[in-house]
Amino acid sequence: MVAIADSVPKPASRFRFILDRRDVLGSLMVAPAILYVLLLVGVPFLMAVYYSVSAYTIYDPSWRFVGLANFEQIIENPVFLQTLTNTFIFTFGSQTLGLVLGKFGALVLLRPFPGRKFVRALIILPWAVPIALATVAWQWMFDSLYSVINWTLIALGFIDRSQAPNWLGNPDLAMLSVIVVNAWRFFPFAVVIFLAGITAIPQDVLDAATVDGAGFWRRNYQIIVPMILPIMAIGLIFGIVFTFTDLSIVFLMTMGGPVGATSVLGFAGFQTGIVSGDVSHGAAISLFMLPVLLVVVIFMLRFIRRREI
Amino acid sequence: MPRPTVATALRETSFYGAVAFFFVLAAFPFYWMVITSFKENSDLYNVQHIPFWFNDPPTLDHFRYLFEKTLFTTWLLNSLTIGLCVTAITLVTALPAAYSLARMTGRNGEALGIGIFLTYLVPPTLLFLPLSRVIANLGLQNSMWSLVVVYPTFTIPFCTWLLMGFFKAMPPEIEEAAIVDGCSLFGAFIKMAIPLSLPGILTTVIFTFTLTLQEFVYALTFISSSDQKPITLGVATDLIRGDIFYWGEIMAGALIASIPVAIAYNLFLDRFIAGITGGAVK
Repeated sequence: MVAIADSVPKPASRFRFILDRRDVLGSLMVAPAILYVLLLVGVPFLMAVYYSVSAYTIYDPSWRFVGLANFEQIIENPVFLQTLTNTFIFTFGSQTLGLVLGKFGALVLLRPFPGRKFVRALIILPWAVPIALATVAWQWMFDSLYSVINWTLIALGFIDRSQAPNWLGNPDLAMLSVIVVNAWRFFPFAVVIFLAGITAIPQDVLDAATVDGAGFWRRNYQIIVPMILPIMAIGLIFGIVFTFTDLSIVFLMTMGGPVGATSVLGFAGFQTGIVSGDVSHGAAISLFMLPVLLVVVIFMLRFIRRREI
Repeated sequence: MPRPTVATALRETSFYGAVAFFFVLAAFPFYWMVITSFKENSDLYNVQHIPFWFNDPPTLDHFRYLFEKTLFTTWLLNSLTIGLCVTAITLVTALPAAYSLARMTGRNGEALGIGIFLTYLVPPTLLFLPLSRVIANLGLQNSMWSLVVVYPTFTIPFCTWLLMGFFKAMPPEIEEAAIVDGCSLFGAFIKMAIPLSLPGILTTVIFTFTLTLQEFVYALTFISSSDQKPITLGVATDLIRGDIFYWGEIMAGALIASIPVAIAYNLFLDRFIAGITGGAVK
């Protein structure tokens, strides 16, 4: 083979010879994607880390190193501590609610009934539709005066028009509202994940369990749940990451208000770093997401490795 | 045993109650969009009226206003341009990368694949500060082309992962046969692997496009001129004058932008799940 290639010394064939080496071609094919990601995710990430220990603002774009001063100032600010707590409440609340809704939604869709396909198509909608647009629809449903939810509650006689709740104006209700909207947005994903997991379980495993005397709950919690745990974990990881770092729902519905009651890390980072132009403090606020992201990533890596054995 | 007992009747009722609950939960906000966008303002802003249906005859005023008096068509075109460019960039980079990673033997391919996927989990809210400086250095501030540059940072990792799943599901013997028949390695990728995985590639194209439509944070950060906004940002932030929300127009715009994404998701959902879990589990 080599002799034949040498006897035709055209540059094209030599080029081709290199391209026919599996390792060379493989690296060449991966390179553009890796470069793009390194340049526009890797480098900016390092820049974000450096911003957080510098005195950089858009008015004074210096790279002066100030150590951990930014972090100290942030932690001493009680408003930030509330933001941090809010972020955990927001994430935990909406993921729990989303998982519960997802599990029951999947149970409902597992049983055949007329119109099941149509209902499934509708259940996908909250997850498919751009979240900013769906959030605006919810904002309109939570409107202080024309809220359809309040109208219904009044019409059913639960409340009086004078004591109708101002959903986005009351600190606790505002938090509840953004949690509900986020859970609403994620539950279809959970439904889909649960369905994919449950339908992948071989029927004979379930039949064998039934023959051995396992009832509905036992089948559910000792066979189905352990078997769909991997796929569930992946779904949950996505959910946690995207909720913990979310900005759009809070930005559109409450602007972090009333008085910071729904401010979350992503929103605070945006307000400080982009709106106020205090880039270094904004970057430091955003970096508080990192520990949670790291835990999630480590969990995911260990989990993938365990699957391989 | 045709003996309908109270217990079965109760079970059936609660089952269909649950179906109805999920039906209303998922669909009501969209029903609300539809009804708001076709209602007269006088009907919309009247607390005495029953909000669930039309008390005055439906109207197309909001849609007319949206297309004639706002930049809605510009936003539509912007989103289309951004979506097409990002999809092209993503395919050109992710397709060869995914193939190479799927066929790479040993730990390296696996580790690289996972590494690329993990970058998908790096959130926009961590990167938007440095990226806005990068955008400024490129001279793209306040331009929709900044989004064309930035969106591939999450579509490439996502699509590489998705395509890896599809390529792994394809037996390597097919390309090996082509190579034995005189095809080069790269030729086997172009002539065999790509045509055979067209369904997977189509899924990837659709999802890349919808990902660009759904994105909000980067658009909000980088773009402030109305005529440069993509549709999601325009509808959500640009139909407000002072404190007044143009609810009819906002809901009409949201409806128009949502319909294609909703259809795409429903058509390609099964393939999408196969791709995501195929890449993850195998």
